[in-house]
Amino acid sequence: MTTRRAAYEARQRRRANLLAGGSTAVVLILLIVLVPLAPGWEGVQASFFNAEIFARTFPDLLSAFLINIAIFAWSVPLIAALGLAIALARGARAPVLFPLRIFGAIYVDLFRGIPVVLLVYLVGFGIPGLGLPRPWNSPYIWGTVALVLTYSAYVAEVLRSGIESIHESQRNAAVCLGLSERDTMRYVVLPQAIRRVVPANMNMLVALQKDVALLSFIGPVEILRQAGIFKSLLANFTPYVAAAVIFLCVTVPATRYADYLMNRDRNART
Amino acid sequence: MPEPRLALRGVKKSFGDVEVLHGIDLAVNPGEMVCLIGASGSGKSTLLRCMNGLEPVDDGEVRLDGVDIAEPGFDLAPIRQKIGIVFQSFNLFPHMTAYDNVALAPRRVLAEDARTRIEALFERFGLAAHMGKYPDQLSGGQQQRVAVIRALAMRPQTMLFDEITSALDPELVDEVLDVLRSLRDDGMTMVLATHEMGFARELADRICFMDKGVIAEEGAPDLIFSTPQRERTKQFLASVLR
Ligand SMILES: Nc1ncnc2c1ncn2[C@@H]1O[C@H](COP(=O)(O)OP(=O)(O)OP(=O)(O)O)[C@@H](O)[C@H]1O
Ligand SMILES: [Mg+2]
Repeated sequence: MTTRRAAYEARQRRRANLLAGGSTAVVLILLIVLVPLAPGWEGVQASFFNAEIFARTFPDLLSAFLINIAIFAWSVPLIAALGLAIALARGARAPVLFPLRIFGAIYVDLFRGIPVVLLVYLVGFGIPGLGLPRPWNSPYIWGTVALVLTYSAYVAEVLRSGIESIHESQRNAAVCLGLSERDTMRYVVLPQAIRRVVPANMNMLVALQKDVALLSFIGPVEILRQAGIFKSLLANFTPYVAAAVIFLCVTVPATRYADYLMNRDRNART
Repeated sequence: MPEPRLALRGVKKSFGDVEVLHGIDLAVNPGEMVCLIGASGSGKSTLLRCMNGLEPVDDGEVRLDGVDIAEPGFDLAPIRQKIGIVFQSFNLFPHMTAYDNVALAPRRVLAEDARTRIEALFERFGLAAHMGKYPDQLSGGQQQRVAVIRALAMRPQTMLFDEITSALDPELVDEVLDVLRSLRDDGMTMVLATHEMGFARELADRICFMDKGVIAEEGAPDLIFSTPQRERTKQFLASVLR
């Protein structure tokens, strides 16, 4: 038995879906009809959307992307650990720890203030330029360092806001049970704070995944660099499009998931 | 005359420029149950928080078993085990099960795996089936009972309760008051801020009526409720007992 309201709402929904579908179809048709009419379309299609080149370069690009994933994978734990350490340093209250607090503040200001590309150049070229011996001049190491420095500064700030968002009554309850400052942080505040900033950190991971490509400037043949090599070789830009497609396959689901977490969080709290 | 478990002398407390406790004197004997009543903002919560050092007092003494814990710089950590507190808003740790909420402090502070003792407490207060649940899976009354168990697991000799039934739906109040009755039967020393006048009258050894940061009148429940001396006490009781 459908109620009057349910029937009305179903009608409204059908109407809305029809309108949305209709307008989307119109836009798509216009794009498909009009874009090829543009004077440069032939050229663009040949150099950006060449199906044969796409198919030929795609597998190699995909395996180059494994390098991105590797760099990403070893950066994340380093970023998490350093970000947590900096966040805790910034929150240190004891007077003896004042230098730590200052250090944390400077660190965050410094590395959030420098564009990642610039840091990748400075660290990635600068430090191996000191003439370090063999494994220590690897661009993998110093590129990773640059990413970790920047991203741990961001993660530290996110974590700190999470720590500050935990209501004072939680600390009070812990202190009244006789827990030490340290145990209160470790068992009561941090677990809640970390949970609360998971969505924000998911977005950070998506950004990091993209920024790994910046290491192409200092040597590692990851996907962007590989696409560049193909471009020179084949005099065609399609490999870049293929690389973009590969990125999207990872970043779109990840961003959606982050949004989902964020929404779920908002709903849970209201 | 036994030494009071808890003795306050001339306790003053200000927030910024506003003095909210104007010199409180109060002695609580072992096994005694004292109820603080009074209008909102009269300083009941602040007084309780001064009793366990959660709020540092500005002046005066707070003696717990003869030791002045209000002395500036006094290390409060060991004191917390002797005096438990339960708040109006439960303040359970939402990311832990009821059992873990209770077990955390014994494990970290007393270095004791108090499982049997804790399970017995859950059993005693009718929550044995809920030990594995998270706070948001429990009713308000159940959460508040877990909060009491959490404080009791540290084996305190004195318990402070700050309006622990005020945030509860009316039908859940009794199950929490029963917990207090049962502690009373154990001979626990207790100080309660409460709006439950019937309960205070039934169980308290002594009632302290607080008004604007002072204890305006105190005495046995029957005296306070039937023949209050002060005009303010009469007005207050008239307004709440209506
Ligand atoms: N942290 C604080 N900062 C500033 N003022 C405070 C603070 N805590 C309490 N006060 C003030 O101190 C006075 C006493 O507050 P308290 O909470 O002790 O009253 P109460 O008797 O417990 O009231 P209620 O019945 O509403 O719980 C109030 O005027 C309140 O505004
Ligand atoms: Mg209060």
